[in-house]
Amino acid sequence: MTERADGPSAWALDIRDVSAGYDGHEALDSVTFRIEPGCLAGLVGPNGAGKSTLIKVILGMHKPWSGEVSVFGRAGKPRAGSVSYTPQVDLVDWQFPVTVSDVVLMGRYGGLGVIRRPGARDREIAAAALERVRLTAMAGRQIGELSGGERRRALIARALTQQGDLMLLDEPFAGLDAAAQHDLISLFQSLVEEGKTLFIATHDLSCVDEDFDHAVLLNKRIIAFGRPADVFTPESLNEAYDRHLMVVRSDQSTFIGL
Amino acid sequence: MEGIVDFFREPWTFEFMQRGLLAAAIVSAVAAVVGSLVILKGMAFIGNALPHASFGGVAVAFALGENLYVGGGIAALLTALAIGYISRRGVIRNDTAIGIIFVGAFALGILIVSRQDNYTGDLFSFVFGNVLAVNWNDVWLTAAVAAVVLLIVLLFYKELLFNAFDPTMAQASGLPVAWIEYGLLVLLALVTVIALQTVGIVLVVALLVTPAATAQLLTRRLSTMMLVGAAIGVASSVVGLYVAWYADVSASAAIVLTATGAFIVAFLFAPGRGAVWRGGAGSA
Repeated sequence: MTERADGPSAWALDIRDVSAGYDGHEALDSVTFRIEPGCLAGLVGPNGAGKSTLIKVILGMHKPWSGEVSVFGRAGKPRAGSVSYTPQVDLVDWQFPVTVSDVVLMGRYGGLGVIRRPGARDREIAAAALERVRLTAMAGRQIGELSGGERRRALIARALTQQGDLMLLDEPFAGLDAAAQHDLISLFQSLVEEGKTLFIATHDLSCVDEDFDHAVLLNKRIIAFGRPADVFTPESLNEAYDRHLMVVRSDQSTFIGL
Repeated sequence: MEGIVDFFREPWTFEFMQRGLLAAAIVSAVAAVVGSLVILKGMAFIGNALPHASFGGVAVAFALGENLYVGGGIAALLTALAIGYISRRGVIRNDTAIGIIFVGAFALGILIVSRQDNYTGDLFSFVFGNVLAVNWNDVWLTAAVAAVVLLIVLLFYKELLFNAFDPTMAQASGLPVAWIEYGLLVLLALVTVIALQTVGIVLVVALLVTPAATAQLLTRRLSTMMLVGAAIGVASSVVGLYVAWYADVSASAAIVLTATGAFIVAFLFAPGRGAVWRGGAGSA
């Protein structure tokens, strides 16, 4: 584990007894778990398990009914710049007239405050983020001209310009082919080596089991959290997904599914 | 040669044509700027609803003997805020809420007008527009409102862009997205008011949507889309007024149809994106 300025005891993410929902419908029930700094963590669970709600609660976009969220030891609504975020790709309008570098620069907007324009420093940060995800050559393209994998990388570059040490990514693998997904995982692992903590909502259980350090299994409440090998037991999966999933592990790879 | 010069110069030797051109050019430019945001956010239906709803306010003002624009403006603003409020509540679908409100306000206008004995063409010009009847006061008022709208877009360009492109991320970044949404609706209401006299209730949506949509086919960034859209709007006003002058047809209809023609040309021939270059494949 990397030593951090605010002390090694501070969890990257510390969720305590959080309940939340919409219009009286409960989406999260007494959710409690912790994620250590500098790890690649997966948030998994069936559709409607409350993954997106949990992410919104962490970002301070949705007020929980009860409980507490701490990011790097700091409770309450996260400051601008402490948490980076990438929404699901289908929430983004890819036909919109913006260039790739415009989109990446948007990561700086939150920290600027109203009316102020991004300056030279913000452009440098955005250019570095584009370089980091190997999209510098595409900077001037309209965002819709990118391939599926490049679109994810552009959104990740935007999250990097937010410069949060905790990065929340909502379904970055959805709709990607195996090669593009592999590329993305390599990128995530190198970001973790640089000290970032990544918390990634995904449906790909096998991938979390193979490549992630940590897994949180959610279905309204926490079914299990910890090392993926400990979390993805037939019993826990059965409980989360309400059906029997097969778990097959070999030396290199894992299959979890029907 | 001199004949050609005269052909182009003749309409503008009349002051009412100068005023009409100025009003039409200002309105279509600012409508294209706001309209760019409107079409990117899929708000064309609201763009059609606000002018119709404003007719209720115009009729009330007419019955009370008050300024018709102030009446129309208040109605457009109230409708915009009501739409914003109801769509944020999320009880019924957004477009349903819009439909209910604007038809109600429009019907109120018809109801009031039907009781007026001194029903005049003045009121009628709000429905179909009468750009050649504007006086200098109208022109200055139009210019002042347009300047305010453009200044707001310029100051809050970053916020308007982020919220239009990716509202979830904008909200996650701490931007006040609810205020931005309301602000855009207020801008739309302001454009509606100044566009009423130029093209009338029925055609306002055309000034909002058509030049902006044409510009979207030709550009890759919101800022250039707004500028190109404004240029197309101004050019449509000029060409439309020539057509109106020489063919003796409605100026507002001529302006709108010129813009429609520009859109069709761009739709067919836009570099790389026009239907002609793509062929029948229909691939993205």
